[in-house]
Amino acid sequence: MVAADLQNLPVPVQEALLEITDPEIPVLSIMDMGVVREVTLDEKHVHIKLTPTYSGCPAMDTMAVDIKRALEKRGYDATVKLVLAPAWTTDWITPAGRAALEAYGIAAPLDAQSDKYALIDGERIVKCTNCGSANTKMVSQFGSTACKALFQCEECLEPFDYFKCLK
Amino acid sequence: MENKHKSLIDYLLILGDNSLILGHRLSELCGHGPSLETDIALTNISLDLFGQVRSYFQYAAELTGGEATEDTIAMKRVDREYRHTWLVEQSNKDFAYVIGRQFLFDAFHLPLLEQLVNSKDEMIAAIAAKSIKESRYHLRFSSSWMERLGDGTQESHQRMQNAVNDLYPFTYEFFEETATEKMMLEAGIGADLKSIETIYRQTIKDVFAKANLEIPDTPARKTDGKKGIHSEQLGFILAELQYMQRAYPNMSW
Repeated sequence: MVAADLQNLPVPVQEALLEITDPEIPVLSIMDMGVVREVTLDEKHVHIKLTPTYSGCPAMDTMAVDIKRALEKRGYDATVKLVLAPAWTTDWITPAGRAALEAYGIAAPLDAQSDKYALIDGERIVKCTNCGSANTKMVSQFGSTACKALFQCEECLEPFDYFKCLK
Repeated sequence: MENKHKSLIDYLLILGDNSLILGHRLSELCGHGPSLETDIALTNISLDLFGQVRSYFQYAAELTGGEATEDTIAMKRVDREYRHTWLVEQSNKDFAYVIGRQFLFDAFHLPLLEQLVNSKDEMIAAIAAKSIKESRYHLRFSSSWMERLGDGTQESHQRMQNAVNDLYPFTYEFFEETATEKMMLEAGIGADLKSIETIYRQTIKDVFAKANLEIPDTPARKTDGKKGIHSEQLGFILAELQYMQRAYPNMSW
C-alpha cells in the first residue's frame, strides 16, 4: 500500500508536505517514511490522515504540528487525523527514504526473516553504514528511539543504528 | 443516564490499565537501568506501552463523551477504578524482578493481541494490529533476558528463580474471566482467555526450560485487580502518576 498521492494537489500543498521530516531523523521526509496516508483538499482546508510508526512515538505530535505550520505559511488550514489501520510497516518507506537513511548513518530495515536472524540469532548481516562490512554485531535490541536497534561494526568499529523491520 | 457503551469502556480499561501501570513501573527505571542498553530498552518498552494505552483511552474517552479525555482517564481516576492485574504493579525490586514481571506479562500480552486483531470492534482490532508488532519485540527482549539471567551465573540464576517464585502466583489472575470479559467474548469483541492460557503456560514451559528455571508450584494468589481491588503498591504509583494533574488540573506541556 503506497503513501498518499500528492500529484493532483496544488503545488504549495505538495511542497509543504515534502519539506516536513521526522524530527528524530531529519533526512527522512514524512512522504518517504510513508506515514501520510491520505490528503484531501476542501477549498483552502487540507485534511490529512497520518499513521504512527510506533504507537508511542513522540515524533508524531511534532509532525502534526509541523504539517499545520507549513501549510499555514502557504495560506492553508489543516486538520491532521491519526489513523491506526492499516498499521504502518517499514515496507512503506520509499527507496529514496531508504537511501536517505543509509546516507545519514542508519541502516535501512531488512526483510522480516533477515531481521529476525539479525536481532535474535545474532547473524552478521546488517551492513555497516560507514564501511559497508557485514561483520557487525548487535549491541542492543533497542536503540536511541523505539524504531531502532544499536549495532557496532567489527571492521571499522563504528557504532550505528539499524532501523528495525516492523511488519 | 447510563452510558450504553459501559461494558465496552470497562473492557478498554481492563486492556489499557495493564499497559499503563506496567509502563509507569518501567518509566521509574529511566536513568536507573543496570546498563545503558537495558535502560534504553526498558524505557522504549514503556513508551510503546504508553502509546498503546493512549489509543485505548482516546477511544474510551470518545465513547464516554462529555469532558473525558485520554488524560482524565489515565490520571484522574481513583484507585478502585483502575482495572489492571496485580502482577504489573509489583515493584522494581531488582533487575530479575523487572525481567520476570515483563516476561510474565509479555507472554500473556502477545497471544491476547493475536486474538484481538480479529475483534469485531474495528478500533480494538486496529489498536491490536498496531500493538502486536511492538509486543513481539518486547517478548523477544524479555525471553532472552530470562535465559541470560536464569542460565547465567549462580547468583543471577538464584535471583531470577527468586523473582519468578514471587511473581508466578500473580499470573493466574489474567485468566480469571470477569463478567465484562465474558460479555465481550460472547459479543465477538473480546479475547478468549482460556485458549490464551494454554498458549501462555506453554510459552512459560519453553522459556523456563531454556533458562534453566523451575516453574514454581506455589498456588495462585487470590487477587481481584480487574475488579478494582489492588495492593498497597498502587497508592504509591498513583501518587507519582497523578501528581501533575492533581496539583495543576488540566495542565499540558
